Amino acid sequence: MNPILVFCEQRDSRLKKVGLEALGEARRLAGGAGCEVVGIVIGASIASLAEELARHGASRVLVGEDPGLTRYSSETYTAMLGDAATRLQPVAILMGATAMGKDLAPKLAARLKTSLAQDCVALQMESDGSLLGTRPVYGGKLRAVVKAVTPALQVVTLRPNVFSPIEPKPASGIPIERLALQANPDRPRATVRDVQQTAGSKIELTEAGIIVSGGRGLKGPENFKLVEELAAAVGAAVGASRAAVDAGWKPHSYQVGLTGKTVSPQLYIACGISGAIQHQAGMSSARTIVAINNNPNAPIFKLATYGLVGDLFEVVPLLTEEVKKLKAGS
Amino acid sequence: MKIVVCVKQVPATESKLQLTTDGTDVNRSGLSFVINPYDEFAVEEALQIKERLGTGEVTVLSLRPHADQKPEEALRTCLAMGADKAVLLSDQAFDGADTFTTALVLASALRRLSFDLLLCGKQAVDDDGSAVGIQVAELLGLPHVAVVNKLEINQGARTVLAHRQIEGGIEVVEAPLPALITCQKGLNEPRYPSLPGIMKAKQKPLEVWTRDTLGLPAETIGVAGAKQRVVRLEPPPPRPAGRIIGGDAATAVKELVRLLHEEAKVI
Repeated sequence: MNPILVFCEQRDSRLKKVGLEALGEARRLAGGAGCEVVGIVIGASIASLAEELARHGASRVLVGEDPGLTRYSSETYTAMLGDAATRLQPVAILMGATAMGKDLAPKLAARLKTSLAQDCVALQMESDGSLLGTRPVYGGKLRAVVKAVTPALQVVTLRPNVFSPIEPKPASGIPIERLALQANPDRPRATVRDVQQTAGSKIELTEAGIIVSGGRGLKGPENFKLVEELAAAVGAAVGASRAAVDAGWKPHSYQVGLTGKTVSPQLYIACGISGAIQHQAGMSSARTIVAINNNPNAPIFKLATYGLVGDLFEVVPLLTEEVKKLKAGS
Repeated sequence: MKIVVCVKQVPATESKLQLTTDGTDVNRSGLSFVINPYDEFAVEEALQIKERLGTGEVTVLSLRPHADQKPEEALRTCLAMGADKAVLLSDQAFDGADTFTTALVLASALRRLSFDLLLCGKQAVDDDGSAVGIQVAELLGLPHVAVVNKLEINQGARTVLAHRQIEGGIEVVEAPLPALITCQKGLNEPRYPSLPGIMKAKQKPLEVWTRDTLGLPAETIGVAGAKQRVVRLEPPPPRPAGRIIGGDAATAVKELVRLLHEEAKVI
């Protein structure tokens, strides 16, 4: 059976966790089908990352290293991955549904004239080698199970935090090959001129294992510090509802929901968020959901694993203290 | 500057969705439809660019996604907001498209229109595919910048400088025109159509193009040319029933922390 290609994103020579999750999932899919898992990493100064891919399940690694590749380029990455796909004829190309993955995958799929399944939360290999992808649609109200018509090649992006990486294992003797830089200078291209870090939350929402979000119930921007203190205590990223963002309390990069980010953390704590359908679209796939709200009829309680009806100005500081006590004791 | 904006008509967010009998699609009858929210940012940006430059033309382009939809209504709304003309791509042969055949038909229509800049939303909130805009650019051999929340046009140099959201920051991306931009919330505040705008929109041109207009072979488009098919739609797995933790705040919080630690094992 033809191989599965896994593109593992790196920025500043650091691999994204979701790339390792994709390798783990590819390994699981390949196990049944008996096919090779080829890890691909592209960038500048990335030679040391090849072994990490091998340790996380790649049976072969392609390294597209070039000093000119310090920043992402949709055109160059598409050309390099397209070339690898043409040579290796994979059954599927997997990558994380990150800003980069969701930008690259559609371009690559269009160039290869093949099927694309974005933001998958489950994958299944059929006996004929075709891949079924399950992806949330209609803001998470439904899930679509999709498959490529023919031939079987699918380009697939995987939602971060949903799939599991394998236990890293020693990786000696894994073939590491060079992936040649493919760059057609005549092709018009978008060029990244600068990358600016946004101030604020240190942990990126879409990658966070735990998220504490605040909403309208906080009553004002100054009260976000309650949410931030709880987040710091529990080691979480900070999110916000649309109401809080539209009120100008937090920038849009904090927004969880339909017109914001879609997150899948292990734990989501909603403080003073009623849980309108637009908010649920962004967080309903969290494993454990805690709702703190003074309105017992708030829709968020229908979703919550644990609900606490009460005044968040009393409950949240108490929760922060209890979490600190737990952490101090463990 | 000539700008074409691709818009999609989607079911309103609050819609209660029901599946068709074969379970592979959403039953459209009885649903109300709106302009995809991200496409509104694209329309607004086009209008603001035209207003800023004091010259130009804004064309809105929409592909009818399903026989039971009337995207004319969405296009009329765009015209009422201030767009100059509209083109609707409507043909049974387009039905059942996936992202690739949708992009293929849009790209084919765009080859018949002249433009310096293409704008569309970063994703449609029905299929949530985040793909068609980028694929249109690829099929036309144009550069794209996706998920943009700030856009500057340099008319002299014929370039755009776009801020695009990435994890923990932004990428500042430059591209030569013509280019395609997919629009993210934060780019602008879309206007509401004014009453005079609504009156004027009735007189503005809205052309309907079919497969014949585009000269596309039927087997390459719609469900016939699609690279992907939907096996089924299903509701998300039900969440296990939650529980409300009662008692006074201090007791409830202690119990919550115990449950998170011992039962859910997440802290």
